[in-house]
Amino acid sequence: MVIHARTLNPGTASGEPIRLTAPLSFWGGTDEQGRIVDAHHPQCGTVLAGRVLVMESGRGSSSASSVLAEQIRARTGPAAIILARPDTIIALGALVAHELYGLATPVIVVDRPAYDDLPTDRLLRVEADLLDATITW
Amino acid sequence: MLGGQDGDGVALALRVIVSLARIEGAPRLVEITSAHVDSCLYHGQVSLDFAHKLVELGAKVRVPTTLNVGSMDLLHPGLIRTGTDAEREIALRGRELMSAYVDLGCTPTWTCAPYQLPNRPGLGEHVAWAESNAIVFANSVLGARTDRYGDFLDICAAITGRAPYSGLQTTEARRGTVVFDCRSLGDRFLRSDLAYPLLGHHVGSLVGSEIPVLVGIPEDVSEDRLKAFGAAAASAGGVALFHVVGVTPEAPTGSLDHLPRYDVDLETMRATRRRLSTIASGALDAVSVGTPHASYAECLQLADLLRDGPPLQVPFYLSTGRATRARAEDTGVLETLESAGVTVVVDTCTYVTSILSPAWKNVMTNSGKWAHYAPGNIGVDVVIGSLAECVASARAGKVVLDAW
Repeated sequence: MVIHARTLNPGTASGEPIRLTAPLSFWGGTDEQGRIVDAHHPQCGTVLAGRVLVMESGRGSSSASSVLAEQIRARTGPAAIILARPDTIIALGALVAHELYGLATPVIVVDRPAYDDLPTDRLLRVEADLLDATITW
Repeated sequence: MLGGQDGDGVALALRVIVSLARIEGAPRLVEITSAHVDSCLYHGQVSLDFAHKLVELGAKVRVPTTLNVGSMDLLHPGLIRTGTDAEREIALRGRELMSAYVDLGCTPTWTCAPYQLPNRPGLGEHVAWAESNAIVFANSVLGARTDRYGDFLDICAAITGRAPYSGLQTTEARRGTVVFDCRSLGDRFLRSDLAYPLLGHHVGSLVGSEIPVLVGIPEDVSEDRLKAFGAAAASAGGVALFHVVGVTPEAPTGSLDHLPRYDVDLETMRATRRRLSTIASGALDAVSVGTPHASYAECLQLADLLRDGPPLQVPFYLSTGRATRARAEDTGVLETLESAGVTVVVDTCTYVTSILSPAWKNVMTNSGKWAHYAPGNIGVDVVIGSLAECVASARAGKVVLDAW
């Protein structure tokens, strides 16, 4: 199965998906190991490092750009991020990590209802360039 | 610029701006007249790597650019604790980061209240300001136009002199979307300083990132009170622009009947105070005021409250900009504050870096923003009060609140 998406930051990655049931702020919401530490988040304790993160959108402080870029640098960030709505703070974190360290973490947007139908029980492959993005499973 | 004729640093900064414009669907870029940069606060190695890369590539800001607070008080470095490895790293690298931003040509203002400095932008001017309280003040009180810029983007806008023409840069996005009728709060409450952080927290909690319109606020309300309102609304929600009918430059003048409406009463304000405070009474360990940075008028108010009366029983901090401190020094206000026992912090703020003792648990503040963030950031319990209540409590060594 292949679906098309819109690229916010280019890159290619595969991984086990993790779908968040509530928005997350990387700043104050995740630690240096890429673990959710926001006590109010229903998935607190879940590790995002190396996973294909599926979440509607980010939330909160613009410092989240720095926190995501720092995790990508430390290799504790998600392998790829699939959003339902564009989020410039998240895109900016991935973009800066790419510029500084050459580490390309794809960030893409999938419109509903395709977003809701993404599987959570098999590996997802994300390929994104500036013109097009695809998710394959 | 993208091709590198202006240098590789400018090309990098413009790639960031153009990428963001593409993501936001901006039809074009807009030239800005000033920038306010928040990226000078240390968030990890990436903060330094980005600033150093821009410095190495020879980038310089091309519009007047002020700097927000950093992780250090450069005038009083001894105020920052360096007892643990993490604290030493932040002190060392935080200082290195602050110096990199000065190398990029930014002015070392080190304040979250750049609107208290000369040469502030006017109505309709396009600017690129970061830090939520500075953003909401520039948009609402000055009528300048900035979207919600933050880390990395602020300095890239300063270096290129451009920002995406999207969000609150556009006229269509600046209209009020929800009305808060404050008339039943009464003149006495609306002329008290505590009204504004409480109103801001209440409004921000309800509307998220919408554009509130306040009705019933006294027309002579001071900028300091609008600052307190905006800072609290921006931290409790995501408010980046508000209007006050009869006061702010872009406030609506016609009928507001088509907008959703909330009425605010005193009981709501009492409930907001309880919600924003994690303690209501008992012994205090410290008081912290000046978030966002105290204006000269606020320093003067505190000095007047402290001039006569019993001594302070607990440590009392006032955060302000170094420019305001210098003015207070010239006029003798600083001497009054310090001789009464107030520690004046500049260049940073008591909730973003290690200043308060980790042994202190209960802290009072007059700031809705400080009350919102300090429990999570530095692990304290808070109670919010007016400036007069903060002084009375510091003198008593315990929480003293007025009834209303």
